[in-house]
Amino acid sequence: MREINFNEIVSGVKHLITYTSSNLPKDAIDALEKAMNEEKSPVSKEILRQILENSQIASKEFRPLCQDTGLAVFFVKVGEDVKVKGGTLKNAINQATAEAYKESYLRASTCHPFTRANLQNSVGYNLPAIIHFDLVEGDKIEIEYAAKGGGSENVSRAIVLPPASGKDGVMKFVREVVSKGGSNPCPPLTVGIGIGGTFERATISSKHALFRDIGSVNPDPELAELENKILEDLNKLGIGAMGMGGTKTVLAVHIESNPCHIASLPVSVNVQCHSSRHGHITI
Amino acid sequence: MGQIYYLKTPLRDEDVKKLRAGDIVFLNGVVYTARDAAHKRLVDLISAGEKLPFDLNGAVVYFVGPTPPKPGEPIGSAGPTTSYRMDSYSPTLISHGLRGMIGKGERSREVIDSCMKYGAVYFGATGGAGALLGKKIKSSEIIAYPELGPEAIRRIEVEDFPVTVINDVLGDDLYQRGRAEYEIK
Repeated sequence: MREINFNEIVSGVKHLITYTSSNLPKDAIDALEKAMNEEKSPVSKEILRQILENSQIASKEFRPLCQDTGLAVFFVKVGEDVKVKGGTLKNAINQATAEAYKESYLRASTCHPFTRANLQNSVGYNLPAIIHFDLVEGDKIEIEYAAKGGGSENVSRAIVLPPASGKDGVMKFVREVVSKGGSNPCPPLTVGIGIGGTFERATISSKHALFRDIGSVNPDPELAELENKILEDLNKLGIGAMGMGGTKTVLAVHIESNPCHIASLPVSVNVQCHSSRHGHITI
Repeated sequence: MGQIYYLKTPLRDEDVKKLRAGDIVFLNGVVYTARDAAHKRLVDLISAGEKLPFDLNGAVVYFVGPTPPKPGEPIGSAGPTTSYRMDSYSPTLISHGLRGMIGKGERSREVIDSCMKYGAVYFGATGGAGALLGKKIKSSEIIAYPELGPEAIRRIEVEDFPVTVINDVLGDDLYQRGRAEYEIK
């Protein structure tokens, strides 16, 4: 059994959050540069130029890329041969979130669902973090993090389709979601699609699909083909950067698929804005 | 792309009327920040016939909830939030003198109609460009509702703050026009 110190986790996660808030990952920058070069609309091209200039300012001057520094979302793979010493893993991640957000001047965005009161002085600064745990073999902890903004979350949708809908039904639903979202989710987007499993499994998969590097190829050739087909279809919508009209509405489509019940075809679409702030550490 | 203008706030009627969807505007002067919670309070004050925390005549409101400032800086990152959440409040403010709104995303028919009726414009700023836009804000002061945290009303001074006209006084909509131009059916 390998022991990992509570404080080591706190310090690693804090660094991950702070770094991610002002440094857009390389996969996102490369995808935005490619989109700017290929975009046909001069207005959208200019918006993409501003987005890339913003990422340079943020990184150089250590400023948050966006004022919506998100809810802190984590996918954590815990090796079964790991023991956390001095506290629990969940507490370490929450403590790191509160400290990183507060000390790096990131926005505390968690609030009560009905009173809308900000929870920074009651529950904690931008707490609770949204944490998805998974148990795996081994003696390491792998922590993936993303700052998930509200604008793109607001247009995300899930549905359970009849099985006969098939791939065409999936494509139609995704198209409806992105079309209806229009300019609101801050395109150009990454579209995460969770297929199969149960109602909630599809949705968690659609979230996790957004953590994959933009431009990476799906290892499942059938899904890779479907991703390309949906990407091409979505870029016909004409929404463009920030909805100004253009040919680059979506940067990438990422699909995660699961076996599902013989009666159902769950589909979830989780939308990610152009400021795709994600990263991971392994301890 | 449209014309490029440098405008001072508060906006004059003649400035608002000449703007067309697609024009690029660099704003200078005082702008007020407000999101959903602050809008609700402003509209409640108007319904009760009470005084607002700032003068609405010719005013420009920016839909933003900035990050906290670092020591020695006026404000943190400050890009626009999604505007539709203000749709139910904006017509009341426009009918009481508001002349400009800065946000991102489509507005409702009612907001566009109010812009036409009273002579107001809706500007889009680049969402997710919070670091760049925050640098265009030279001072910031909370003037109402500090308990709302990032949603408090701030009086900010902007310098060459870059926006694009989305909805003008003629009812044109850059989002619809832009999308129709590039949509492949």
